[in-house]
Amino acid sequence: MIIAIPSDKESLDSAVCVSFGRAPFYCLYNTETEQSTFLVNSAADSPGGAGIKAAQLLVDNKVSILVTIRCGENAAKVLQPAKIELFKALNLSVADSISAHVQNKLEPLKEVHAGYHNGH
Amino acid sequence: MQDTTMAIEPTFAILSGKGGTGKTLLSVNLASVAKEATYIDCDVEEPNGNLFFNPTKEFEKLVTVKKPVVDDALCDGCHKCVDFCAFNALALIGNRLMIFDDICHSCGGCIYVCPQKALTEQDRAVGEMSIGRSGAVRSISGSMNIGENSGVPIIEELLKHKSSGLTIIDAPPGSSCLVTESVRLADFCILIAEPTTFGAHNLAMVQELVSLLGKPHAVVLNKTLEGKNPSEEFCIKNNIPIIGRIPFDKKLGSLNSVGKIAAREDKHYHEVFSSILEKALEEVRK
Repeated sequence: MIIAIPSDKESLDSAVCVSFGRAPFYCLYNTETEQSTFLVNSAADSPGGAGIKAAQLLVDNKVSILVTIRCGENAAKVLQPAKIELFKALNLSVADSISAHVQNKLEPLKEVHAGYHNGH
Repeated sequence: MQDTTMAIEPTFAILSGKGGTGKTLLSVNLASVAKEATYIDCDVEEPNGNLFFNPTKEFEKLVTVKKPVVDDALCDGCHKCVDFCAFNALALIGNRLMIFDDICHSCGGCIYVCPQKALTEQDRAVGEMSIGRSGAVRSISGSMNIGENSGVPIIEELLKHKSSGLTIIDAPPGSSCLVTESVRLADFCILIAEPTTFGAHNLAMVQELVSLLGKPHAVVLNKTLEGKNPSEEFCIKNNIPIIGRIPFDKKLGSLNSVGKIAAREDKHYHEVFSSILEKALEEVRK
């Protein structure tokens, strides 16, 4: 099972990024091999639809769990049918967020926001 | 004005940095003092020109855009359309393609790249438009459906019905894409501004936009009072011609507030707006 966590930097001691769709990296943690890798988020600088493209990236990388501070509604529309479960990140590093999830200490993310689309 | 039959007459766009500055007031009155004019209300999010013209409707139609629709039986999940879309309007989960209509820009690229021919285009209504007549004015107006996020396709449709006669385009407020689209065919822009610091700030914003677009322009000062006028100071400092002043006036406000066109009701205002139109025509011929 792969857990994805949006991260500010390409390292396990990085903070979890406040944005899902525009996070610069995702830490992908494989619970079977206990290995983590970092994926550059190609959606980060999209003019629009970043959440959709970022969610697609996680779908394509066979992610099952997303630990995030928040998630927009368009991203959620892609993540939910792909059966990617969302958990609410706490104020922890990426490494500690992985541990917190493995120890079942995180709550499901209940709210998705309407997005910060600035129109045109 | 000389009677120059056959000549192509100019298109003016009326702009302001914010709403409530007097764009529609100026637009409907300028169109009304002309011998013949076309008025185009490009403020498709909240059109109000026809409240003044109350035109006899001659033509109306729905405005549609093309949106992709997928045939799930033909889609094999190859991912090509998702990778192609520059706006990220498509997502693929397994073999199921999701299409985000409100993000799609109707470019048709996904249909073009699909090897399975699983995508087709369908019309989707985003608003409506109408053409009507009010005296010597042909009024073209459009409105966007609630929930849509871009009025640009409606403005494009309105502008298709522009003739070669004198045209007054009532632009949306601000300096967004909608405004850029509205002034595309304008030969000359008239910026209308209030006599306040806030008014001057909004004037500066919209003046920057028309300068970037390379549109010649001039200013009409609205709601003018005795004393300091920051918008006037801005024009003087930046060498922008001032082609009219509309005084802050209870009678004008009262006529306007009940949907009356001041230039049609009152000789004095007919002269005020005729003078602005003549000065605008002089500027455009410079």
